[in-house]
Amino acid sequence: MTGPTVSSPLLSVNSLKVYFPIRKSLFGRSKEWVKAVDDISFTIKEGQTVGLVGESGSGKTTIGRTIVRLQDPTSGSILYEGKPIHNLSQKQFRPYRKKIQMIFQDPHNSLNPRLTIESILREPLDIHFPGMEKKQKKEKIVELLEKVGLSAEHLYRYPHEFSGGQRQRIGIARALAVGPKLIICDEPVSALDVSVQAQIINLLMDLQQEFNLSYLFISHDLAVVEYLSDYVLVLNKGRIVEEGTPEEIYKHPKDAYTKKLIASIPSI
Amino acid sequence: MLLQVEDLHVHFLTQSGEIPALRGVSFSIEKAESVAIVGESGSGKSVTALSLTKLLESPPAIYKKGKILYEGVDLLSLSQKELRKYRGGEIAYVFQEPSTSLNPVYSIGFQLLEAIELHQPHLKDKKSVGLEVLQKVGIVDCQMVWKSYPHELSGGMQQRVMIAMALLCKPKLLVADEPTTALDVTIQAQILELFAKIQKDLAMSVLLITHNFGIVKGFSDRVVVMFRGQVVEEGPTEKVIYSPTHPYTKALIDCVPRLGEKGKRLRAIDYSLIESSLNL
Repeated sequence: MTGPTVSSPLLSVNSLKVYFPIRKSLFGRSKEWVKAVDDISFTIKEGQTVGLVGESGSGKTTIGRTIVRLQDPTSGSILYEGKPIHNLSQKQFRPYRKKIQMIFQDPHNSLNPRLTIESILREPLDIHFPGMEKKQKKEKIVELLEKVGLSAEHLYRYPHEFSGGQRQRIGIARALAVGPKLIICDEPVSALDVSVQAQIINLLMDLQQEFNLSYLFISHDLAVVEYLSDYVLVLNKGRIVEEGTPEEIYKHPKDAYTKKLIASIPSI
Repeated sequence: MLLQVEDLHVHFLTQSGEIPALRGVSFSIEKAESVAIVGESGSGKSVTALSLTKLLESPPAIYKKGKILYEGVDLLSLSQKELRKYRGGEIAYVFQEPSTSLNPVYSIGFQLLEAIELHQPHLKDKKSVGLEVLQKVGIVDCQMVWKSYPHELSGGMQQRVMIAMALLCKPKLLVADEPTTALDVTIQAQILELFAKIQKDLAMSVLLITHNFGIVKGFSDRVVVMFRGQVVEEGPTEKVIYSPTHPYTKALIDCVPRLGEKGKRLRAIDYSLIESSLNL
């Protein structure tokens, strides 16, 4: 923990609401809404991991997308280091993309199949560090690959030549390229074998230690969330039904929905 | 004995020559027994499942050696035409991704009727047979689902429809290839429960293919563990989970995340250790 901002949170989400219209009346005013995110508040401190657990349709992905401005909020605010970011234009938000990055669920769909790994990792550097020298960029790319357990020999290969776990590593390297402080991990291990899942979770923990990263870790699997998180929010139909430290939640679940989630975890 | 696989070798023709996918796989399934094959991507578990009724395109697949005895008949020696009797009718499949297994442009009812017409053309009231099977898989509003298109259903519902379709011909063996991998944990629990119930009710044999040891416990009678195209361990589920003999089995069990172990590192698999214990 460094700097003067330790006490104030890195990210704070206040009474966030995201509604989607389903039916429109004659004059274009929406009559009915899907309340995807309904009055959600939470904070993430530097170096902390907050876990968001819930089923499909609980609104967990929408929260992540709203934070990175891929989705407009209906109301509420999102503050990054105390400054509102929810109402910025895409251009105004650009500097924050350096601070907040995202890792997606499906590593097959989130990497451009026609680009080599080098180009995939070069893109964020070209956009956010236009002044960086070519040679320097190359060194940075190799360094990133090594950080995530790959090496320079992978530079000129295409995404399809990699396994699911390796592709997720590339996705993580891409997120790390711009030196973010917060990474939104949207179901980063759900599409992977349990054995590979273990490797990726370990990698995320190591990187967090090394770079003092904060994570918003989104998953439907409470057992996975619990491994990484300092604080867990349980989401159901757009609302937080329970929150607390992972120990509190799995030892003394209060809400019926949380109990159901815990009961569903395959265990040995 | 319902099914016996003996020393099955399956190779694939690739640009860099013949690659062995299965190197002598043997296991058996009794009537009304539930067996799970556990292994990682590339271990050959899906190739094993698909080989049972020769569903792999050949070439590139080559059935090199071995026997697949189903009620005494060697399925590997049968022609494609003869196999048709077994596919769906005797051995039915449920696959991982229900959204890609269903045809997006036809209603659920149409797709169920198609399967009934193909396998049981003599049936009179085909629609009621279809509705009945939807009910059997726990779909309450059958009429509604009958008229729906795949995209209107959730992943869990789509998988229920796939199971319904597999059950239509009352198969003796249901092969479920990663049936819950694409689903949320809560839905996964429901679908596994459904499999267990159907298996009991219909006295059917089930072959579950999975990468997750967590879902095997409480579901399968026996477990077959596969690694690089070989069976490395086989035995009753409880015995394999609580006293695994092979280091790979142990490693695979260890990497399942457990509640109450926050902050600990997950135990990833050390492949060099396992490879040295195998003669590959």
